[in-house]
Amino acid sequence: MSVIHFVLLISRQGKVRLTKWYSTYSKKERTKVIRELSGVILTRGPKLCNFVEWRGLKVVYKRYASLYFCMCIDPDGNELEILEIIHHYVEVLDRYFGSVCELDLIYNFHKAYYILDEILISGEFQEPSKRSIVRSVAAQDSLVETAKEQTGSISNILAQAAK
Amino acid sequence: MEQLKTIGRELAMGSQGGFYQSKEFLDLVKSIGEARSKAEEDRIVLGEIETLKRRVSEPDIPKRKMKEYILRLVYVEMLGHDASFGYIHAVKMTHDDSLLVKRTGYLAVTLFLNEDHDLIILIVNTIQKDLKSDNYLVVCAALNAVCKLINEETIPAVLPQVVDLLAHPKEAVRKKAIMALHRFYQKSPSSVSHLVSNFRKRLCDNDPGVMGATLCPLFELVSTDVNSYKDLVISFVSILKQVAERRLPKAYDYHQMPAPFIQIKLLKILALLGSGDKQASENMYTVVGDIFRKCDSSSNIGNAVLYECICCVSSIYPNPKLLESAADAISRFLKSDSHNLKYMGIDALGRLIKISPEIAEQHQLAVIDCLEDPDDTLKRKTFELLYKMTKSTNVEVIVDRMIDYMISINDNHYKTEIASRCVELAEQFAPSNQWFILIMNKVFEHAGDLVNIKVAHNLMRLIAEGFGEDDDSADSQLRSSAVDSYLHILGEPKIPSVFLQLICWVLGEYGTADGKYSASYITGKLSDVAEAYSNDETVKAYAVTALMKIYAFEIAAGRKVDMLPECQSLMEQFLASHSTDLQQRAYELQAVIGLDAHAVESIMPSDASCEDIEVDKALSFLNGYIQDSIEKGAQPYIPESERSGMLNISNFRNQDHHGASSHGLKFEAYELPKQTVQSRIPPATLASTEFVPVPEPMSVRESYPTTIVPSASSDAESTELKLRLDGVQKKWGRQTHSPATSTSSSTSKKTVNGIKQVDGSNTSNSSTWETYDSRKHVEINSEKQKLAASLFGGSSKTEKKPATGHKISKPSSHMVEKSHVRKSSMEIASEKKALVHQPPDLLDFGEPTVQSSDPPSVDPFKELEGLLEPTTQLGSTAAAATNSPDIMGLFTETPGGTHNKDDSDILSSLSKQPVTNMVGGATSTQVAQSSKGPNRKDSLEKDSLVRQMGVTPSSPNPNLFKDLLG
Repeated sequence: MSVIHFVLLISRQGKVRLTKWYSTYSKKERTKVIRELSGVILTRGPKLCNFVEWRGLKVVYKRYASLYFCMCIDPDGNELEILEIIHHYVEVLDRYFGSVCELDLIYNFHKAYYILDEILISGEFQEPSKRSIVRSVAAQDSLVETAKEQTGSISNILAQAAK
Repeated sequence: MEQLKTIGRELAMGSQGGFYQSKEFLDLVKSIGEARSKAEEDRIVLGEIETLKRRVSEPDIPKRKMKEYILRLVYVEMLGHDASFGYIHAVKMTHDDSLLVKRTGYLAVTLFLNEDHDLIILIVNTIQKDLKSDNYLVVCAALNAVCKLINEETIPAVLPQVVDLLAHPKEAVRKKAIMALHRFYQKSPSSVSHLVSNFRKRLCDNDPGVMGATLCPLFELVSTDVNSYKDLVISFVSILKQVAERRLPKAYDYHQMPAPFIQIKLLKILALLGSGDKQASENMYTVVGDIFRKCDSSSNIGNAVLYECICCVSSIYPNPKLLESAADAISRFLKSDSHNLKYMGIDALGRLIKISPEIAEQHQLAVIDCLEDPDDTLKRKTFELLYKMTKSTNVEVIVDRMIDYMISINDNHYKTEIASRCVELAEQFAPSNQWFILIMNKVFEHAGDLVNIKVAHNLMRLIAEGFGEDDDSADSQLRSSAVDSYLHILGEPKIPSVFLQLICWVLGEYGTADGKYSASYITGKLSDVAEAYSNDETVKAYAVTALMKIYAFEIAAGRKVDMLPECQSLMEQFLASHSTDLQQRAYELQAVIGLDAHAVESIMPSDASCEDIEVDKALSFLNGYIQDSIEKGAQPYIPESERSGMLNISNFRNQDHHGASSHGLKFEAYELPKQTVQSRIPPATLASTEFVPVPEPMSVRESYPTTIVPSASSDAESTELKLRLDGVQKKWGRQTHSPATSTSSSTSKKTVNGIKQVDGSNTSNSSTWETYDSRKHVEINSEKQKLAASLFGGSSKTEKKPATGHKISKPSSHMVEKSHVRKSSMEIASEKKALVHQPPDLLDFGEPTVQSSDPPSVDPFKELEGLLEPTTQLGSTAAAATNSPDIMGLFTETPGGTHNKDDSDILSSLSKQPVTNMVGGATSTQVAQSSKGPNRKDSLEKDSLVRQMGVTPSSPNPNLFKDLLG
């Protein structure tokens, strides 16, 4: 039903960095999907299409440094749009973390999930305004920080990042 | 600035309630990062699961600790392991008062649970409470969970609150409420059908984000019922116009495009609304034309919008001006160097040729290029296009190419698809039956196990029925050529089962028909098949029946039957087979051989598979037998409708089943147990049902009216035998084993056979094929043009040069054309092979690591690094130290510019030159180009940099961790 069936982040070595399933997949299927797709995507050459047809669906992927961002869509979707959604996600991550790198995502995978939840809701692309995403995530964080009595410095930095 | 970012990262890492101070977790992540194999990773994770199992069940865990455990569970689950033991703790966490903890709980449950999980019932109450919270962040977290977890049964529990939230002052909440309502609509349209008007209302929300969100449900509503939303065309058009004219806040701009994602969604909706509706479409022409003009075709997002425009134009009522713009955009896509754009161009072309077929012609060479591209994705897309534009004039070339490709791939999913497409095209456009059989043979040979069995049955029917109404000689010629080709194919080592069944059937039916092959030759071949594929009982069954037919024809013709010794031993083996089906057939064979010529002829008339058979459905010939039995005191047959006990049982079962499926929230009280139902079944009836014949045999006979050997009506004894067999087979679900089913499909005349076009020139096809095989070396360009000509026809036909020099005695102009087609396809095929064998471009060294995963022990790049001068090495590591955190930096570095810090930030460079913003294809070209540059050291440095940036298991880099954590 969803426009996007799942989101996968895989490292070049085939390690899973983030998975989000919008359509229902059993645990067994999930493992199979990841194994199959990393086999297909990681072996593709650099100049080829960023799209792969797979089991009647389409997977759009893009490599950023050592990380592959993959999204699976229906065969009649607009691949270029999905490519930009991926890029948009990376840009927001980059704004949030400030020059994001793979390590940020490894250790802060839950943050990456929170941001993804602001961008995609039940597999539909949501917020086209980068600023309001970062603002919304920052609002949640700052609440967290209030609880931790660290408000001052962190919100400054987040405000900096949000600019 | 750099420093600030580093601080930000450190703070962000340490900010999660002290969670990241836990050394345990850091160690876990690190050790998994360094794991050298999947097995090692699994071992570590299993150890972690044990630890967590112990920890979470300890009493009085502080919230902070618990939160960490839950995130560790998420991590474990993300790596593909089962953390279900901890789900309940995540559920508990959502009950917590502090948002900090609650948020983690919600995150975990949305990741852990599917909508049908039993634990959801425990969360519903919390969600209800949180939806009423006055903290909008709590509401948002709850709405996220609603979207993922609420199922059909729990919708009523949260629906009123979600509807209230549509008017919430915070736009983030309104947006999520819309999406939740959309989700409800997807899961159970009836439960929210009265609320659909809310989507229309929210379309006028003054927040663009909320308006954008309503487009998702509206798109779905429009696609299910276009006519109820025609009134919105004007609104959608005016919104799109405003968006395109940059009336939305600047924050919605994306890479200099005004709200492109909203534009795309609107274009999708307009495409639906304008489809086949001239009046609605006329409202859209201006705005779509404007967008075509305004789109920046140098950025990827611009092209995404352009592509959506093309889709829209090809869907709405055609407008010549827009079609022209669309054609222009397509040709820009196809001429681009980016594979992504080529792919979109091919796709768009496939959409547009439905309206204006002539547009394909100008792009023929580009299409051929894509067809020969090494990129599988592009190739498949092109095959899809060819499939869409297949006509009777180009079917041979296209299907030949498809089959060549089908043979070359291993992906079973796609192989199935392309095989079924070949079959479909061949059935639809086959120029001749010989060609059709040839193509089918290839499909069966290479993808036989993947095609539907019906395809084989269709082919049997074609061979049996022939194509000419009165042209018997053509029919028998067709059959002889089929027999010839099958005998030839039987020499192949491994043949798919479906194909063998087909071959056996054809050999049995027509193997000896034209007198070219002796009965002993054919029977020998058949018994070879049965022996070689001895574990395939279906094939053996087909083979035995085929043997029976051959012997029967021999006897009927008055010849003496000498069973070959191998056949005899085969029969002995089958007579004692564990398969009752095989036994049955073997006994039948034995019985038939013992009969005289006259009897055999009426049992097995030759070439009678197409004859209609009259079936006595009432089984009147059994009346006497039944009468006798009833007189002797047997129970009479009770039709199903009159069996009260049976009905009740099935009723009861239904209720039971219903009760089981609708577990979960029950809003009404449970019914009283239905004792009456059980007691109403009288024991006598129950007992009698055991003896009542199951109605299945009857229905079998009805659905396969011809499942009886041709002479059935004249030979009561054999009919009875067969019928019982059918019953048995049906019961065990093995219809395909019976010879009857095979004949049935071939005799059923109801299906229309699409392959009845008679083509005069079919006889010499195979010979021309052979002759041109040898001429392979011709100039590429003219070859491509020729292939294009054969594919696209039309004006390009004039490009066919006689210079390629083959003299044909010209039996007819049609023949000449055909041979052109054949030839070019052969040559292109050989060319393709040559292309594949070409050694890889040495300069394409850019990213060798992408193609092959490096062995864990030896690191070639480490070795290469050693070859560099010490200074460069220093430089590279320094660069790595400053740049490694930048995930996007890789693509923007210019050769030699590794020291330039400003360059490392892709975002800054993005704003400077929007061109780098292009699709991945473009950015990766940049990388490739830079590594192709004259300076070899630079490319090596880059490689080492890339390697250091990843958390490579082969080269654990302690600096990587030290850098970030201080």
